[in-house]
Amino acid sequence: MKHIDEYRDGRLAQGIAATIAAEAIGGRQYQFMEFCGGHTHAISRYGIEDMLPANVQMVHGPGCPVCVLPMGRIDDAIKLALRPEVTLCTYADLMRVPATAGANLLKAKAAGADIRMVYSTLDAIRIAEAEPARQVVFFAIGFETTTPPTAIAIRMARTKRLANFSVFCNHVLTPPAMRAILGSPDAPAIRLDGLIGPAHVSTVTGTAPYVSLATEFLKPVVVAGFEPLDVVQAVLMLVRQVNQGRHEVENQYFRLVTEAGNLIAQAAMADIFEVRPSFEWRGLGELPVSALRLRDSYADLDAERRFSIATVRAADNPACECGDVLRGLKKPAECKLFGTLCSPETPMGSCMVSPEGACAAHWTYGRFRANASGVAQKAVA
Amino acid sequence: MAQLIDEIFRDAFDNPLLDQGNDQAGFDVPAGRMVMSTDGYVISPLFFPGGDIGSLAVHGTVNDLAMAGARPLHLAASYIIEEGFPLADLQRIAIGMGNAARNAGVAIVTGDTKVVERGKGDGVFIVTTGIGRVPPGLDLSGDRARPGDRVILSGTIGDHGVAVMSTRNNLGFETQILSDSAALDGLVADMVGAAGPSLRLLRDPTRGGLASTLNEIALQSGVGFLIEENAIPVRAEVAAACELLGLDPLHVANEGKLVAVVAPEAAETLLAVMRAHPLGRDASLIGHVTRDEQRFVQMTTSFGGGRIVDWLMGEQLPRIC
Amino acid sequence: MCLAIPIRVEEILPDQMARVTLSGVSKIVSIALLDDVRLGDYLLIHVGYALARLDPDEAERTLAVMHEAAVPALLEMTEADGETY
Repeated sequence: MKHIDEYRDGRLAQGIAATIAAEAIGGRQYQFMEFCGGHTHAISRYGIEDMLPANVQMVHGPGCPVCVLPMGRIDDAIKLALRPEVTLCTYADLMRVPATAGANLLKAKAAGADIRMVYSTLDAIRIAEAEPARQVVFFAIGFETTTPPTAIAIRMARTKRLANFSVFCNHVLTPPAMRAILGSPDAPAIRLDGLIGPAHVSTVTGTAPYVSLATEFLKPVVVAGFEPLDVVQAVLMLVRQVNQGRHEVENQYFRLVTEAGNLIAQAAMADIFEVRPSFEWRGLGELPVSALRLRDSYADLDAERRFSIATVRAADNPACECGDVLRGLKKPAECKLFGTLCSPETPMGSCMVSPEGACAAHWTYGRFRANASGVAQKAVA
Repeated sequence: MAQLIDEIFRDAFDNPLLDQGNDQAGFDVPAGRMVMSTDGYVISPLFFPGGDIGSLAVHGTVNDLAMAGARPLHLAASYIIEEGFPLADLQRIAIGMGNAARNAGVAIVTGDTKVVERGKGDGVFIVTTGIGRVPPGLDLSGDRARPGDRVILSGTIGDHGVAVMSTRNNLGFETQILSDSAALDGLVADMVGAAGPSLRLLRDPTRGGLASTLNEIALQSGVGFLIEENAIPVRAEVAAACELLGLDPLHVANEGKLVAVVAPEAAETLLAVMRAHPLGRDASLIGHVTRDEQRFVQMTTSFGGGRIVDWLMGEQLPRIC
Repeated sequence: MCLAIPIRVEEILPDQMARVTLSGVSKIVSIALLDDVRLGDYLLIHVGYALARLDPDEAERTLAVMHEAAVPALLEMTEADGETY
């Protein structure tokens, strides 16, 4: 696969990893956070941490929109889907996320709710066109990669005059989340030396939004592609910035990311959405100006208004440590529930259910490495 | 109606035992060890590129027998048909089954059909049961893998699962990938002939893919595995489809492949014999059995790092993220 | 929501859609978020939409940068092991 396979060359990776080992100053710890779930997944799936020297470590961040969606919003989606006239369209990633009292969309579907997994908002529009008697609600989640697709679908619904289509909007913004991590009172405890910035979010936003973060918090940010060589190269760039005392925004993914980003996508988002004053993030609490809702001009396509959704805040399982994992305070294996009560089969929190979640990634690819207490997690039938 | 259905199957399966028209089929069995296997087939959609529920039902049960090293002897087939299911489709399925059985050198000698109310079935469900004979001196079992043994995979993985998913509308991708659904008894006969005493076990990686199969064996035998990602054959199209859907080919079902665990000294011979057979052309030595109390299946990635290959958790949902 | 890969445009279709193909696997996607899409472009596809266009010159430069970072270390490894890389 052109433009994919070249960036999976293990030999080149060994070379870059050796360069990292040579340039990382002996005795100095380097700790970098990969913000984005896609990077978490790549690091685990390719065993990248094995290739880095021991003094260069990765900390997983909260850039997994499934992981940060609060339970209360999934409860809302389930309630919507249980309405007999509603067809809820959702990305497959959400089907197993635990809501209140162990409920989830998959169970609701098995119980008869009309929930349809879709690959794209285009599919939801097609369903709305094909089934005019159904109230088709699209469960919209994600950072700035999935927001423009939702915007286009809303425009299509308006053009096609689809009165039976609406969007339940849970889109969130990347820079506020990065700000919450970097500026959190826990930040010194995590000792972050730099961030790997999101790959595909950056194709939309451009690299410009990260500049103020790098300057304010004095941390280098390297925007990296998703292929393993991209990640390894980005780690080298971060090590160099740290060694040179720089804290700039660098773009490793320049074959697809520009400084300005995708202006058409940005315009579409600005046209349809406005920023909520505040929004609850699972694990991070209420973050100001961090999420989107439909503008009044599109109120007729807003499921929250159409169905008078009043979100009830749901408390996570008290033993669940997703919050600490999402903020990089704990590694998955350090959570008391990891591997015992919490596994992909029986997820307690969203870090485990989303394939991009730090816990799921560690479970699926990495738990054969010793955890904090030096014991590898057993294989389970 | 019952008669119409009856005729469809009689014509398609066309063998003297079935034609006797009794509720049972009587036959003599050879001396020695017999094996029996049964499986239910509930696949949706019923028709997919490279096969259908009927041929799958024959191949699946023949393969279960073959994994014991057995030569399949006879099959029985039971159908649960939803009222209103198109007779033309039923005929298509029956003809497909008859052909699959003939190609595998077996006959469907007895069977049953039942019709259930509309809404109580999913078109048609099929249960097939088979018996076969194991050649003397062969002892294949999931608990026989030992550290140092070699692991050989008979060919490309992921074809069947991707072919089936490509027919599902909500995933919206087009491809020429065909299911690999096939009867493996011929390949197995060659393997047993060449290296029978050195074979520890055979297993076909169906639901849950190669990953689940290796993990099962690891638990049964109390061992671990170390495999090489680069040694695992995957068609470019299958790899591409998996990329697009966010699937791991290791978790995708196969219906015409097998995994063999064999004593190290016989590995090269076995590999050569497999590659000489049409269904084993892409056979590959993918790794070996390790001593591992944790029973992990570890893999050296194409990139050079290490990871584990875990069971497939729950139903395979194409991920976005 | 990050999984996305660059895929080649095989056909431009009406209503701001296109057919993209990767190793013989085709998908119909929306190009409403890009302008001036041409046959042969490699587009980054995510949840059925093209988000960005890959710049082939920059792709080459990326690989060159990676080689630059890797080769000195690889050469040292060659000398040390006596193997050819």
